[in-house]
Amino acid sequence: MTPPSPGSWHWLDRAGLQLVVDALRRQGHRVIGPQVADGAIVLRDLASVTDLPTGWLDDQDGGSYRLRHDPTAGTFDHVVGPHSLKNFLFPARETVASFARDDGTWTQAPRSAAESPLAVLGVRGCDLAALAVQDRVFLGSGYVDEAYKARRERLFLVAVNCRRAAATCFCHSMGCGPSAGPVFDLALTEIGNRFACEVGSDHGAAVLAAASEAGAVLAACTASEIDAAGAVPRDLGSRMHARQTVNDTPSPRSLDTHGIRDLLMRNLEHPQWDEVASRCLSCTNCTLVCPTCFCSSVQEVADLSGDQVDRERHWASCFSLDHARMHGQSVRSSTASRYRQWLIHKFATWIDQFDTSGCTGCGRCITWCPVGIDVTREIAAIRATDGAAAPETGRGTS
Amino acid sequence: MNAKPRLAVFKFASCDGCQLQLLDAQDRLLELAGRVEIDHFLEASSRVVPGPYDMGLVEGSITTIEDEERIREVRRQCRFLVTIGACATAGGIQALRNWGRIDDFRAAIYATPETISTLATSTPIADHVPVDFELRGCPIDRGQLIDLLTAVLLGRKPHVPGHSVCVECKARGLVCVAVAKGIPCLGPVTQAGCGAICPAHDRECFGCFGPSESPNLVSLTGFYERRGTPRDSLMRLVRSFNAAAPAFRAESDRLEASE
Amino acid sequence: MTMPPRPPSATTPDPWRAHASRIVSIRDETPGVKTYELEFEEASARTGYSFAAGQFNMLYLPGIGEAAISVSSDPDRRETIAHTVRAVGNVTDALTRLAVHDHLFIRGPFGTPWPVTAAGGRDVVIVAGGLGLASQRAAIEQLSRRADGGQTIVLHGAKRPEGLLYASEYDRWRAAGIDVHTVVDEGDAAWTGRVGLVTHLLADLPLDPSATTIFCCGPDAMMVGVAEAAMARGVSAEHVCLSLERNMACAVAHCGLCQFGPHFVCRDGPVLRYDRIASLMRVPQL
Repeated sequence: MTPPSPGSWHWLDRAGLQLVVDALRRQGHRVIGPQVADGAIVLRDLASVTDLPTGWLDDQDGGSYRLRHDPTAGTFDHVVGPHSLKNFLFPARETVASFARDDGTWTQAPRSAAESPLAVLGVRGCDLAALAVQDRVFLGSGYVDEAYKARRERLFLVAVNCRRAAATCFCHSMGCGPSAGPVFDLALTEIGNRFACEVGSDHGAAVLAAASEAGAVLAACTASEIDAAGAVPRDLGSRMHARQTVNDTPSPRSLDTHGIRDLLMRNLEHPQWDEVASRCLSCTNCTLVCPTCFCSSVQEVADLSGDQVDRERHWASCFSLDHARMHGQSVRSSTASRYRQWLIHKFATWIDQFDTSGCTGCGRCITWCPVGIDVTREIAAIRATDGAAAPETGRGTS
Repeated sequence: MNAKPRLAVFKFASCDGCQLQLLDAQDRLLELAGRVEIDHFLEASSRVVPGPYDMGLVEGSITTIEDEERIREVRRQCRFLVTIGACATAGGIQALRNWGRIDDFRAAIYATPETISTLATSTPIADHVPVDFELRGCPIDRGQLIDLLTAVLLGRKPHVPGHSVCVECKARGLVCVAVAKGIPCLGPVTQAGCGAICPAHDRECFGCFGPSESPNLVSLTGFYERRGTPRDSLMRLVRSFNAAAPAFRAESDRLEASE
Repeated sequence: MTMPPRPPSATTPDPWRAHASRIVSIRDETPGVKTYELEFEEASARTGYSFAAGQFNMLYLPGIGEAAISVSSDPDRRETIAHTVRAVGNVTDALTRLAVHDHLFIRGPFGTPWPVTAAGGRDVVIVAGGLGLASQRAAIEQLSRRADGGQTIVLHGAKRPEGLLYASEYDRWRAAGIDVHTVVDEGDAAWTGRVGLVTHLLADLPLDPSATTIFCCGPDAMMVGVAEAAMARGVSAEHVCLSLERNMACAVAHCGLCQFGPHFVCRDGPVLRYDRIASLMRVPQL
């Protein structure tokens, strides 16, 4: 057997994948993987590879997600569900600081002890790209979020190359998929009943070696097998670009990103903002399922005595009035202005801030919008009527 | 604050469920008892110390002439008046009477309807006296109640966000019942506070906490209707515990008128 | 004009780490406005903390919350730091209940400073609406010691005469060569000064547009008025600096609440050059 090393490819069967999971757990990792629950494929603690959603497909469209059992479907032929890496690396609630009062004097408690390192199985290209985006926010903006950093540095990623796209997917337009990358520890391409496993890091190689020692059979992939495996996401990508129907799933969405930053910034008073506001619920779902959205607020959580205080960071959303509240009033009081903030941040000002788009084309905001508002259509509508001006009495005063 | 603040709890037309939330707070209640004087809380104790009170919690809606008079006296007795629950803040489920004829109800239910004296409507407290703060919910959320009391004791604003139930649903990592199961859910237009209890049990949000800060009901019910939910079902979904909250009332009236 | 780099924060690598401070003095300024003079408890923070004029701190009261307040003391006098605060919210209301010797926590300093050094040799016109002057006092103190030949002019407007901030210091500023002009929206019986807007003061001010820098702080609409008036006088937008205020929770460009177009007001601001934000300032509800 060729020992695993970064860049090497090995065949892994389902038993071997279980041994990878076991090896990660032996190293102290909390292993997370996709599983069927509550009518969706969610990310949660994975006990066994038999809990992976083998034979399940997800039909997604604006405001709609349905699971469908298909005995011919593989383990990873579903795409992304409502959860992403964000739920684990940037949790919805987290204590950022604690204070205690003793004899009238307040002191700040040290940060609580470290958690188990995470290993996440089944991560797609769009979500790896989203991780890279959140890295820029929490690690690369001049200040470092220590808790995020601790989780990020010890994160083990088992990526998956997609071979199917949902109707809401448009990773190909954003340059974020369907191939897994840019970084992973191991990447799986499902072929028949086996996985072609590409090693992406020393840690990945070590885990694969540990699985091998525990009995996993690791046949090295031949050059032609590696080519065939690499062609799987590449072919899907070509079909996505051509907007072809893939198997029995309607063709994926796409987005023309040409000059998108300037397009949006020169249309800040476009009538489409009012039009979408007539449909938008301001419910926050798009921002909360978005794998890159990072807004948060901090709440004081005290006991009645007031002697113990936790500063709890909660996910926040630009669709809430509290987001831009100053002196009791929101700067963005209209739904139109809040939708505009979400869209221009994601697709335009994010580029100024982080030198990357805030969108990876995962399509979650389309699927999980309760009324199916579709960012690709909203942007296309603005592009189609580039330069249209809002009526004098329109948005901005309501 | 030097002396312990004096707290009073009053009840109008209601089921007592919101007062029970305070009683159910148990250990937190004992902690609270050490920090405030609970001088009027008939649900818990017959000991009544006369007002005025620093803070009054008012449960229930106004449904009788006597209620109308009593709430004015309660207001006079309380420096800071907080209404608690859907009845006090929106008229409650009993506000369904506002769409019917009170004489018909009276005749249908009571053996001697002439002995029953009641108003034709159930209305929120704020329709009758100025209210300093509202805690929504049917019933109210214990955590929000404790936070309110803590906030008053510490001299800060309570954390009662106006955003939708979806924020709590997503924070809990729940799968959206509307999107994944096609169940018409009021979560996107309902104010958070319950912790997304119903979606956590695979049920739709019933709107117990009333309309969120910027509810777009027409868009939501229109979408559900296009997905196959009959208009009268949507009308009944919106017209329930917070039927008389203005945004919900307008939408149920609209759905009914266009049926 | 090149904006000065953001000086390194004195706080530890964990941006949520706060430093305890003690209130040394409380001074009543205008109605509802007080100045709190603070001293760090830890010796390391006392020596390690430095700030530049225009930067802000996050002031924290456990159980109440945190508020972003600009530092209003002289950056070159490091023994204590001062914050001038109006009671308008959770934290600022709670501050009014504190007394000398009480404690509060500080994270900071954060944000971009006024380009005091970059304005060397140029005339600096400080335009302040109401409490906006608090964010500029640090710059005024530094400019009061300037010896580069440039003039410093303060144009301060308030709603009413009693709202003019730091009035007891104008004589000292004037003695140091600073030209101080005030204006109120609405005078009273004792008021003999000008009635109107700060933009009127600016319109009447003799200035050399090619050698003038504007530092402006006040409500958004007032700042746009001042910036446009300055540009009408021939001052180029890159020499007009505004100090913005937005909601913020973290102060380190992580929470996203303070975003104004591409700018994180906490990190890229609060002081921003008008040429970078002029088009954004004109869009309602951005």
